[in-house]
Amino acid sequence: MSMTPPTPIRRHRLLEAIWGTQPGLGRLAAVNHNIVGKRFMMTAFVFFAIGGILAMLIRAQLARPGHVFMPPEQYNQVFTMHGTVMMFLFAIPMFEGLALYLLPKMLGARDLAFPRLSAFGYWCYLLGGSFIIGAMLAGVAPDGGWFMYTPLSSSTYSPGINADVWLLGITFVEISAISAAVEFTATILKLRGAGMALRRMPIIAWYFLVTAVMMLVGFPPLILGSILLEIERTFGLPFFDPARGGDPLLWQHLFWLFGHPEVYIIFLPAAGVISTVLPVFARHRLVGYNAIVLALIAMGFLSFGLWVHHMFAVGIPHMAVGFFSAASMAVAIPTAVQIFAWLATLLKGRPRLDLPMLYLLGFFFIFVNGGLTGVMVAVVPFDWQVHDSYFVVAHLHYVLVGGFVFPLMAGAYYWMPLVTGRMPIYHLGRAAFWLIFVGFNLTFLLMHLTGLLGMPRRVYTYPAGIGWDWLNLLSSVGGFLTAIGFALFAVDMLMQRRFGQHAPRNPWGAESLEWSLPLPPPSYNAASLGPVESRDPLADRPDLGREQAAGQHYLATPRHGWMETLGVEAVSGRPDQLILLPQPSLVPLWTSLATALCFLAVLLKQYWLVGVGVPLVLGCALAWLWSMGLREDPAPVPIGHGESALPHPGVASQPGWWGMALLLLADAALYASLLFGALFLWVVAPGWPPPALLGFSPSLILLALAGLLGAPLAGALGLAALRRGRVGACALLSLLGAGAGLLAAAAVAALPLWHGAPPASHAYAATALVLALYVALHAALGTIMALYTAARCQAGYVSAMRDLAPRNTLMWQGYTALCGLAALLLLQLWPWMAGAGTTP
Amino acid sequence: MAALWWVMFFMATAILLGVCAVALYTLRRERRGRGLHVGRFVAGWGVAFPVTALAVLLVIALRTGEGMLPKPGPEGALRVAARGQQWWWSFTQWDAAGNPVHSAGELHIPAGRAVDVHITAADVIHSFWVPRLTGKLDAIPGHENVLRLRADTPGIYEGQCAEFCGLQHAQMDFRVIAHPPEAYAAALAALATARPDPAHPGAADFAANCASCHGTDARAKSAAPNLAGLAQRGRIGGGTLRNEGQESVLLWLRRHETLKPGSREPSHAALDDATLARIAGYLETAR
Repeated sequence: MSMTPPTPIRRHRLLEAIWGTQPGLGRLAAVNHNIVGKRFMMTAFVFFAIGGILAMLIRAQLARPGHVFMPPEQYNQVFTMHGTVMMFLFAIPMFEGLALYLLPKMLGARDLAFPRLSAFGYWCYLLGGSFIIGAMLAGVAPDGGWFMYTPLSSSTYSPGINADVWLLGITFVEISAISAAVEFTATILKLRGAGMALRRMPIIAWYFLVTAVMMLVGFPPLILGSILLEIERTFGLPFFDPARGGDPLLWQHLFWLFGHPEVYIIFLPAAGVISTVLPVFARHRLVGYNAIVLALIAMGFLSFGLWVHHMFAVGIPHMAVGFFSAASMAVAIPTAVQIFAWLATLLKGRPRLDLPMLYLLGFFFIFVNGGLTGVMVAVVPFDWQVHDSYFVVAHLHYVLVGGFVFPLMAGAYYWMPLVTGRMPIYHLGRAAFWLIFVGFNLTFLLMHLTGLLGMPRRVYTYPAGIGWDWLNLLSSVGGFLTAIGFALFAVDMLMQRRFGQHAPRNPWGAESLEWSLPLPPPSYNAASLGPVESRDPLADRPDLGREQAAGQHYLATPRHGWMETLGVEAVSGRPDQLILLPQPSLVPLWTSLATALCFLAVLLKQYWLVGVGVPLVLGCALAWLWSMGLREDPAPVPIGHGESALPHPGVASQPGWWGMALLLLADAALYASLLFGALFLWVVAPGWPPPALLGFSPSLILLALAGLLGAPLAGALGLAALRRGRVGACALLSLLGAGAGLLAAAAVAALPLWHGAPPASHAYAATALVLALYVALHAALGTIMALYTAARCQAGYVSAMRDLAPRNTLMWQGYTALCGLAALLLLQLWPWMAGAGTTP
Repeated sequence: MAALWWVMFFMATAILLGVCAVALYTLRRERRGRGLHVGRFVAGWGVAFPVTALAVLLVIALRTGEGMLPKPGPEGALRVAARGQQWWWSFTQWDAAGNPVHSAGELHIPAGRAVDVHITAADVIHSFWVPRLTGKLDAIPGHENVLRLRADTPGIYEGQCAEFCGLQHAQMDFRVIAHPPEAYAAALAALATARPDPAHPGAADFAANCASCHGTDARAKSAAPNLAGLAQRGRIGGGTLRNEGQESVLLWLRRHETLKPGSREPSHAALDDATLARIAGYLETAR
């Protein structure tokens, strides 16, 4: 490795040759976070514009009473799509893009932990979003409201393809949310600069970490709900149909179990932007870092205990509702901690009213207003009055526009010099601010009153002369002002990119790592990765940018064409491995196209195509995984500053292990939602207990247990053999585990199929079947993984040191066994316990 | 309830203006905040203040909510039933003898007395909301919810469906008519006999074309809106039209597909104008 260090220019050329993306069609293979992050943000902005146009259509319709601008079927599609686009295609992906782009730069890494996963997520987002927009252009957009309450969204009352577009399209897009959440969590925990202990992380990384974990737990209930509703619509299995033991309230629970955390998933990243941007313009370090970290962890937990406040008017017992009311108020406390920490930062500093600061002041007014009306709607009797009225419409726009859009616009002006290397042009940005601020308040402040006067949401028209006319007209005027403001903002961004003055390095005098980079940053970020000694690395080393460019720090010398970044111990931030990132690849695109084929096949009811699509997805995924790893044990290599580290394939805590663990966390959240659903129906739904319970079958149970427990046992023995260096034995035991997985899949699936009532007859039979299929699917996937492990052993990718494949397979098999045991208990023991007294 | 709103409103306004004033104040001064004790500031305003204010609010909220629940009381609440369907409300009142009186679009209650509305849904989720009387409660298939309300003074109270329920969610209004307590029994009795005149020439047309779905006898349930007392109703079609007599009914019969597209009422294109006019005339006698 000893060679003369290259000059900065030569180092730049060498690194660019390794990290750069090919031009032309090569762009489709891009996995670099600079490119994928920008793609995410630009696509999200396009969807934001579409959602905005839909909003203008709504305001045009409601401007006058009895206005016949659109027929009701079109209006219902428009407002459903407005909510859907803004929530799923704008807010969440915009956060994903921002985090993709910023995280490596702020953490002092060169890319994220799984660059190909980012690319895959982007393609899923783009394709899923395009389905939904395409359906709208074809006139078959979803029209049941963005929360798709059943039975309105059931096949009886929404027979068309519209509801399927929503369920399948959104689930497809959610793949990108889950993959982003896995990506961010693993990246924040493992891919940081040397010395960046958790307590030294830039505060926004804490926000992104909490958000990502919330996404892992919060999105699966919605994905499960969508799958169940799509199964009900397609195959008639009742989960939500009260005539057959289902309950429409189950959908509401699953939806809001996702939907409320979703609000904080949207707010927290934006709050992270505030905590990052505000101190720079206050010219004072953020006050109360520890208090804020505690507050946002508290918010993360509390946000999962609030969902019922969307359901105060469904007739849940008052004391239960009171609990959720208290929790909903409690979440105001961590919010207040942040607000007052920001105010204290401003008070301590000498704030300057630059453009980002102007948008932050707008945030204070709008978001605090939305937060306070949030406390009001947490008051149960008050909510009974304003629920589903325009008061709530006003409240949610204050929270989401105040809590997400304004901070993000502040962030846009703050980070645009980083992205484009150019400074903002002030006049347009100020004009845009005032138009948006005045227009927004005109639209939505009045809407509180419209709601208090009794106007329900989602009506396509209203009668004249009951006091709503002038309020709606002014709201419409305000809406168009806001839209002009956003258009001006977009023009401003383009103008800045084209005509802005070139920005000097670190134009705002910030102290976080992304401003150590040249503007705009090259594909590899920093030519060498600087050490981190405090929360404000640029305050410690004002010259860090030049030092990094001069190659004075970690990973300064490119070698073997490797795409290198540092892996650190999660807590201390000490380097513990050298992470080799994967090259650009078309595999993410192919995988997402194969996934799209599966979704389209279900949407168009061409089920035979699923039989083509699923093997294609599996093939792509295996090809993806196969292309990574090393065929011989790595040795420690020098990483600079006189230290050395082992390349990640030889390290236990490598990102791939984290990826699997985090994926299983999301999977477990889905399974827990399914168990919750099964028990909820049993306890709450009308029409229980079911007419017939699942027959008791000792032989099938024994076979299932043998398979479920045998697979991880074989995996564990294989791993033990591998530790003693016996790769061949590991391969053989993996094959044995594969067989056990097949046995488990067959036995578990046979249980309801042979011993259950027809699944369409009752929700009990339907949930039993879905539980069993969930376990069987996992056992079958475990078999594929075990076969893959055996093949990896044979191909020389596995050794006592390089043991990721058998370890991850074992983790999967162990998880499957636990799920299987829970399912068996629920299917065989619980009916007997719960029904022993009532069934003869 | 109203007092609770005003307290929340003024508290919230004060907090909002306070926060914004502090934020603006920081822009206009030299470093006066040096003496600020950050820990106390954040703990005081970010924790102690909201904890106290919210605790008080929670207690008041729970007590207020508890007081609104349908609980057995000394006087006993009157039972009525409301059933939501796409896109109209059917109601059932019971007279003193316990016989049902069915109506559509108008719920009759006595003023000055607690009334328990037993709310159900026939198809999708709806929500029963009379803003001036009390909060809303959802009508959910498979569930029965009970809403306690009380009209202190006699009068007409507008109501509407508050949960999006499909194409014509906007045209799903109803009215609660609160009668003076002493006149309630008579009002129900009048409704029970407000059948159209069987001798009217339109009776045969109605029987041939409408009666398979619509009843005209308030004592019997009907699949489509019960038309007993139609001539006295304020509105037609879930609030689509003001009921100004025969002309309105005729307009509805001719043009309901454009006035309220998607409603379950079949097209009357096969019926000539004279028939429709006779039917409208017949219904005009339902008073």
